[in-house]
Amino acid sequence: MTRSVIELTPTVEDRRIARHAAAAIALTVAEAAIPLPLPGVKPGLANIVTLVVLARWGWREAAWVSLLRVFAASLLLGQFLAPGFFLSLAGALASLFVLAGAMRLPRRWFGPVSHSILAAFAHIGAQLVVARLWLVPHDGVFYLAPLMGGAAVLFGVVNGFAAAALLREMRRLDGERRGAGGIKEDAPPQL
Amino acid sequence: MRPFAAWRELLRPGDCAVVALGAVLCVVAGFDLWRGGVPDGVVVRTGGKVFAETDLSRVRRIVAPGPLGVTVIEIEPGRARVASDPGPRQYCVRQGWLTRAGAVAICAPNEVSLTLTGRGGGFDSLSY
Repeated sequence: MTRSVIELTPTVEDRRIARHAAAAIALTVAEAAIPLPLPGVKPGLANIVTLVVLARWGWREAAWVSLLRVFAASLLLGQFLAPGFFLSLAGALASLFVLAGAMRLPRRWFGPVSHSILAAFAHIGAQLVVARLWLVPHDGVFYLAPLMGGAAVLFGVVNGFAAAALLREMRRLDGERRGAGGIKEDAPPQL
Repeated sequence: MRPFAAWRELLRPGDCAVVALGAVLCVVAGFDLWRGGVPDGVVVRTGGKVFAETDLSRVRRIVAPGPLGVTVIEIEPGRARVASDPGPRQYCVRQGWLTRAGAVAICAPNEVSLTLTGRGGGFDSLSY
């Protein structure tokens, strides 16, 4: 009897996705320690990673990172398949959907801050719809919409700035590496 | 000044528009959803039937006749009250100005009631 060995060889892309997803998961777990006045309103720092990945490596990788983050972080926090997980998943899917459109906006005019705010609004929108349909079958949940919208603008701007600053820093590092003689094509830029 | 300049270059022209749009959306949603309780009209009933129905946009007086005499209702923009009533205990007069949607002043002896209408009354129903 021969032993069959299944070998998975991760590509450069796989490793990059894993690294970014790990960063996003760490941010989500860290964020869970911050006490917040209203359930459902949180900074969503992991979206900074999603925005950076979106800007540098495209939508497909951003989707991987975002969804891996939702699943893995919920497992770590004991939220997997709990209501919070579905709210988070719905928000992430809606954000990715909106980002697919937002990234096609002219780059000269719309940067990570725009992407961040639009994604944040998609996130709370999907969460409110899921909450209304499933968790709180009463229109009363929509009374939270202005509060959550305010949080979306605030944290959208903060996350957008963080992503923009990171992207600028990464561009600077790329430039230095190129200037230092020959950029290695497969060398992943450091986060 | 320096740090602000560094932050500003991260912002592209359209970003400001998106921020402004988001803020406006929140404010509009807030006004639309949290306006509950602001009355938009008044209904006066005598003997259980609607006697007068009007808005709260300008000052006016409604004189409603009942079995004991006339009940005078005063309306001002955004509020209404029973100004005088022939009832013995004057409960509805002493209620003063009504300002919230769904608020009711009932002059039971004279069979006159004053109700403010509008979205988002503070209760579902009232029985008396």
